[in-house]
Amino acid sequence: MNILVCAKRVPMTGGRIVLTADEQAIETRHLGFTISPHEECGVEEAVRLIEQHGGETTVLTLGPPEAEEQLRDAMALGIDRAILLQVDNEWEPQATAAAIIEAIEAERAAGTEYDLIIFGNESADAGNYQVGIRVAHALERPIVTGVKGVTVTDGKLRAEQEVPSGRDVYEVPLPAVVTVKEGLNLPRYPSVPGRLRAKRKPLDTKTPTAGEPGLEKVRLVLPAGDGKQTQVLGEGPSAAPAVLEILKQAGVV
Amino acid sequence: MPLVLIEHSGGQVDELSQQALALARGFATGEPVNALLVGPEAQDAAAALGAQGVATAYVAEHDGLDSYAPLAWARSLAELAERTSASSVIAAGSERGNEVLGHLGAITGLPLAANCIAAEPGEPATVTRVRWGGSLLEEARLHGAVKLLTVQPHAVEATPADQPGAGAVESFAPSLGEADLAIRVLERQATDTGGVSLSDAKVVISGGRGTGSAEGFAPIEELATLLSGAVGCSRAVTIAGWRPHTDQVGQTGTKIAPDIYIACGISGATQHMAGCKGAKRILAINSDPEASIMQNADYAVIGDLHEVVPAIAAEVRKARGA
Ligand SMILES: Cc1cc2nc3c(=O)[nH]c(=O)nc-3n(C[C@H](O)[C@H](O)[C@H](O)COP(=O)(O)OP(=O)(O)OC[C@H]3O[C@@H](n4cnc5c(N)ncnc54)[C@H](O)[C@@H]3O)c2cc1C
Ligand SMILES: Nc1ncnc2c1ncn2[C@@H]1O[C@H](COP(=O)(O)O)[C@@H](O)[C@H]1O
Repeated sequence: MNILVCAKRVPMTGGRIVLTADEQAIETRHLGFTISPHEECGVEEAVRLIEQHGGETTVLTLGPPEAEEQLRDAMALGIDRAILLQVDNEWEPQATAAAIIEAIEAERAAGTEYDLIIFGNESADAGNYQVGIRVAHALERPIVTGVKGVTVTDGKLRAEQEVPSGRDVYEVPLPAVVTVKEGLNLPRYPSVPGRLRAKRKPLDTKTPTAGEPGLEKVRLVLPAGDGKQTQVLGEGPSAAPAVLEILKQAGVV
Repeated sequence: MPLVLIEHSGGQVDELSQQALALARGFATGEPVNALLVGPEAQDAAAALGAQGVATAYVAEHDGLDSYAPLAWARSLAELAERTSASSVIAAGSERGNEVLGHLGAITGLPLAANCIAAEPGEPATVTRVRWGGSLLEEARLHGAVKLLTVQPHAVEATPADQPGAGAVESFAPSLGEADLAIRVLERQATDTGGVSLSDAKVVISGGRGTGSAEGFAPIEELATLLSGAVGCSRAVTIAGWRPHTDQVGQTGTKIAPDIYIACGISGATQHMAGCKGAKRILAINSDPEASIMQNADYAVIGDLHEVVPAIAAEVRKARGA
């Protein structure tokens, strides 16, 4: 079977977010980059499914040229090849979905039909909760979202969602689309040979067609109320009586 | 007028849907608001909506809608939005709310703004929505003939309406085909959740990389048991395999809202803090006074968690005279 995983390059923001002067982005000069933990689980699941069933896996991102780093990371974990839809700025969700659909159609024209397309439940930064659903509709395929369990048997996909009282089970025919959540699996770490192999795996770079934005970012704003006045209760075990007082105030002792 | 998707259980309107209604009333600027309810006991929940400013609550009636079916819910919303000439469709930014509105956006080709904390009508509308699970906000213009948006949980107060609505309840039979019902819950596997659930716990005590190992959680577990609380952890811990992901607090883990959150050996990355914004008090225990959590907590103890946590447990026992 053929599997496509879509993942987005995002900064690792650490303890405090700083914005650029034009308020259009996060200041990333001193930051490393990654993909969402949800998408990391998507990559891992794709690799596991291919180990079980055979086939080929592709990872796709829409992002700047530097996003090659995230594509190589995914290939180091066992993904076979990569597609980079190169853009300068972050694209809004409908345009992102349209670009991904365009790429999937080009793949189909070139002879690759994906049986399963895996997205994160939401992107780490924008959290639009929609790119995967839009792609599924355009391809007229069923989609199950927020999945924490995936089984493929006899051309069918069984997917499990975590809900407060247990798990909800869905079953849809392949080809299908899923959006996944962290907790689906425990991703492996890349090996040194894996990293070396990843350098030589094929990466296609394309320029997607831009559309009219439906959700137009005006500016980013840091939420108020961060940066509290912290009261230091003490150092080491001798602070325990002061902690007890706080527990009493909270009504838990 | 806005059309609001109302989630409910046991005949009661969910709190997050009440918050969505509050935002919708503001967005409507005086116009009445309609609602759609789906699923068992919808009739009971619908009856209470007049007080929340709802003109007509439509209850979807269809054999296929007994269990959750996101695409069918979205088709029902699309049909009703057209029939009532809705100017906007609004839902809670819950898992289902975001999923159903995602489908609605895809069906109609309309843009969708997920997890808004504020919205002003207009052409385009202006919204403020959350990014990074709440660590960052985005002001955006939302286009489209019908505005689709979801409301960030616990960001808007679920106030009662200044003006009650007519509160009519009408049944509505959406035209759904086999294909619309292809995505639906086939069964619910109940898991037996022994102990206090993380999302509902009054006390949560979490460990981070500073615990050093799975065994390093022993004092944290002990204190959690003493306080009838739940144990949580950071992502550094889950990816090391020390605790299951179900214990993870944060943007891609569980969102908690305890009376007190005690974070031990956790640095306070924004993605972790996104999960405990609902905590009434945060106490950080960390050996590094410069750790960023020490600036984002209400209280801090500087020290080794392996010494501090047992000392707190001893103090609690002493106070109880045990
Ligand atoms: C998109 C995205 C989503 C994420 N989602 C989540 C999420 O849901 N939840 C989450 O937690 N993280 C999440 N992360 C990861 C997050 O960015 C941090 O990497 C993670 O929270 C760090 O965990 P930590 O604080 O335990 O480890 P560290 O950052 O390594 O901090 C360990 C802390 O322990 C202290 N310490 C060490 N020894 C002791 C001791 N003996 N006693 C007391 N203190 C000690 C140190 O001073 C330090 O402050 C996400 C990241 C990304 C990019
Ligand atoms: N720029 C992008 N490149 C690749 N995949 C993306 C991109 N943006 C979103 N996605 C995928 O769509 C999912 C949902 O994104 P969103 O709708 O923004 O929450 C993400 O988890 C990714 O799998």
